[in-house]
Amino acid sequence: MISVENVSKWYGDAQVLKDTSTNVARGEIVVVCGPSGSGKSTLIKCINGLEPIQQGRIVVDGISVADRGTNLPKLRARIGMVFQSFELYPHMTVTQNIILAPMKALKRRRSEAVARAYTLLERVGMREHADRYPANLSGGQQQRVAIARALAMDPIAMLFDEPTSALDPEMINEVLDVMTTLAQDGMTMIVVTHEMGFARRVADRVVFMDQGRIVEDSDKQAFFDRPQSDRARLFLSKILKH
Amino acid sequence: MTHFTLHYFIGILPLLLDGMVVTVELTAASLAGGLLLGIILAVLRISRFRPVAIAAAFYVNLLRSLPLLLLIFWFYFLVPLLVGRPVGGMTSALIGFILFEGAYFCEIVRAGLQSVRRGQVLAGLASGLTYPQTMRRIILPQALRNMLPVLLTEAINLFKSTALVYVVGVRDFLTAASIIGTRDNNLVPLYLLAAVVYFVLCLTASLSVGRLRRSYAL
Repeated sequence: MISVENVSKWYGDAQVLKDTSTNVARGEIVVVCGPSGSGKSTLIKCINGLEPIQQGRIVVDGISVADRGTNLPKLRARIGMVFQSFELYPHMTVTQNIILAPMKALKRRRSEAVARAYTLLERVGMREHADRYPANLSGGQQQRVAIARALAMDPIAMLFDEPTSALDPEMINEVLDVMTTLAQDGMTMIVVTHEMGFARRVADRVVFMDQGRIVEDSDKQAFFDRPQSDRARLFLSKILKH
Repeated sequence: MTHFTLHYFIGILPLLLDGMVVTVELTAASLAGGLLLGIILAVLRISRFRPVAIAAAFYVNLLRSLPLLLLIFWFYFLVPLLVGRPVGGMTSALIGFILFEGAYFCEIVRAGLQSVRRGQVLAGLASGLTYPQTMRRIILPQALRNMLPVLLTEAINLFKSTALVYVVGVRDFLTAASIIGTRDNNLVPLYLLAAVVYFVLCLTASLSVGRLRRSYAL
């Protein structure tokens, strides 16, 4: 459903993505990992066109993202995204955060959007916080609301950009639990994360990146049991030690 | 010279109040127009389309390098030539103020926009909103809140600056005081009175802005 074909990207002279290619099938859960600065976040921001690419092609559900004629807002409305720093809108309540895009981009009626928001808040365990402002929520709660906000658009796939990296350790699991449920419900997901426990439990495949290249792209079992590259072995030994 | 008694004061009060109404109207209209122009200019200035950004920056720098008084003169004498009939002091002054304040508000709004985290733009765009929708619903409300104290301070400056319309014969508060002073040979008391009124109003407003800033931690 999502295919990345020979994508390269530069920031000025610095090449941040080098001829990267991968595919994500419907319902597949792909974890993207690698050292910081390896291009993981950049890669998933290219998938919904938040970052332009200079070479290659990205196709999402038959639509080429970087084509001039592509209606990006329409495409993005179908791909949910969750950010490292939550990015809830601080001047809106939890409910207002969730109904904004459905009302403005999908032209849903307010009553319909609110009803859907409440259902989703129930699902992420935040129903009783519907009328609070983001500043009054913990990081884990904010991220769960952010997931509900993305789901409110009924996306065909979800992109997660280090969703637990900004969280205190005791809040990481409440977010991972929500993501695990989502995966079990059949959502197509690309997750940039260092949570190898999550990758082991939930992922179908692991993509390992280093210095802008996809170094390994393999079945979860294969990646953890027999990593092919030295770079991945080193990374795993460091990250699994503690 | 007429004595400055309560009776005299009550006599001139309607004229002074009329003047204050004009001053407040001028301030409010220039503020609304200037802010709107400033928001448009600010959005153009941060545009990724270079020629637009450069044109907006040129406008802002040009206007900020001219004395406001010159601008008022300019529109008083120039606009009638362009439209073929006199437009009156009020209209030409208003145009001058809006164009001038727009340049200042542009910089205030731009700073306000830059105070909002870039991630907020990404979140809006990623959710399927268009760039204008993201600006209007997500970025501008946050930016306006962040820049409210600076905005109010600029409004106080504007309130004082409107006294410049004296030169094109608009009867604002200061002009009214001046006319009465000349008429009754009472200039010193009336200029003193005008000073006290401006001082009290502006100081009160400044203190309120300070309180707002503290209570909302702006």
